[in-house]
Amino acid sequence: MTETAPVITVSNLIKQFGRFAALRGVTAEFSSRKLYAILGDNGAGKTTLLRALAGLSRPTSGQISILGAPKFHDICHQVGYMAHPSLLYDEMSAMENLEYFARLYGITDLSRCADAIRMVGLDPDLARPVGQYSQGMRQRMSLARALLNDPKILLLDEPFSNVDTHSAADMVRLLAGQRDQGKTIFVVTHQASLLEGVADEFVWMEVGQIVARTPDLKQPGVTK
Amino acid sequence: MPAPTGITRTTLRKDLRLEWRSKDAINSMLFFSLLVVVVFSFSFDPNAEESRRIAGGLIWVAFLFAAVVALNQTWAREIRNQVLDAYRVSPAPANSLFLAKAIGNFIFVMVLEALMTPLFVLFYQLRPLGPAWQLLIVAALGTWALVVNGTFFAAMSLRTRSREIMLPLLLFPISIPALLAMVQATTNVLSGDSARVWIALLLSYDLVFTTACLLLFETVLNAE
Repeated sequence: MTETAPVITVSNLIKQFGRFAALRGVTAEFSSRKLYAILGDNGAGKTTLLRALAGLSRPTSGQISILGAPKFHDICHQVGYMAHPSLLYDEMSAMENLEYFARLYGITDLSRCADAIRMVGLDPDLARPVGQYSQGMRQRMSLARALLNDPKILLLDEPFSNVDTHSAADMVRLLAGQRDQGKTIFVVTHQASLLEGVADEFVWMEVGQIVARTPDLKQPGVTK
Repeated sequence: MPAPTGITRTTLRKDLRLEWRSKDAINSMLFFSLLVVVVFSFSFDPNAEESRRIAGGLIWVAFLFAAVVALNQTWAREIRNQVLDAYRVSPAPANSLFLAKAIGNFIFVMVLEALMTPLFVLFYQLRPLGPAWQLLIVAALGTWALVVNGTFFAAMSLRTRSREIMLPLLLFPISIPALLAMVQATTNVLSGDSARVWIALLLSYDLVFTTACLLLFETVLNAE
């Protein structure tokens, strides 16, 4: 796959929940080795799009192709997903959590768990259960879990929410580094300013559609 | 690709570790069964012959209700923080998760039965006239019948609003043939009759429903 070839192709994606259409015909291509910031108001369809890309939400119609595979399961080991909730067991320590998830991915070298925890600036020897972590620490642990399988594509939903400015800046630096190493990263966020100068593209969503894609934070056509 | 048996083992170990730390399921099951034994012992004052006739029903109804308490908690940890989504995006097979949960529940309910049976024997002065070893087979097959369907229907009712009510509503009707076989087999062993036919029925029930649950679980897991 060339550097500019699309890693994700979405065509006419529609997702309905009952009579409510969360995605209304999203068509887009996303290139590899780029960091995309997905922006929009609440209910714009950002999380639904991310969940559809992560194979967690079956589209009502339309197609998604990731790394050339039409079925998510074929490439799931190449995708890392971080949701708004932590996706971690509160009663287990950071290492216990990551060791469990490592085994789900068939990772036998468990030193990668400690590496992933260190990568997000936490201590792998911390025996405290994750449930006793601060919200910011939990967010970073959640990112560590998403990075554990060294995925080619990272899908991150609100990674900076409830994270202090210093830690958020660290996370942004880490994501930029991951992008530079060849990962394609999607960040759904309401804190777009954190990604200014780092994101390669800002993808603007409104009422279930992508309405603009810009290289910076200025949304075209917005006068307010 | 991780080996399915390895994932089952890992998930089972994780569940047992979490239960060992919290003792949520086992404590509530024990408390509930203890209540049933005590309340029933005050309600009836049977002689030895009557005890043999009714004990099978009492024991299994108590275990069925107690099992529901544990089964309702089976998926609670997976729903908290949406950890189930982390499993769904991983390459781990759905059936490995199902088997780990079913085996975990089987262990919990068997532990409960091992602790409560001496109390039943004591309170109802039970002495089997038939081969007592057959009770072990009935216990194992009967418990599996309860937990395999219980684990499946608990997963099915995960996304319903009142899942604590939904589980017994779904589980009890489908468990009637198994419950009948368990009660009859137990009564027969206690009264000195042969339980072979009922054991064969239980075995067939287990085979049919285990196969059906394994075939359908992936659909249930990925349902929205």
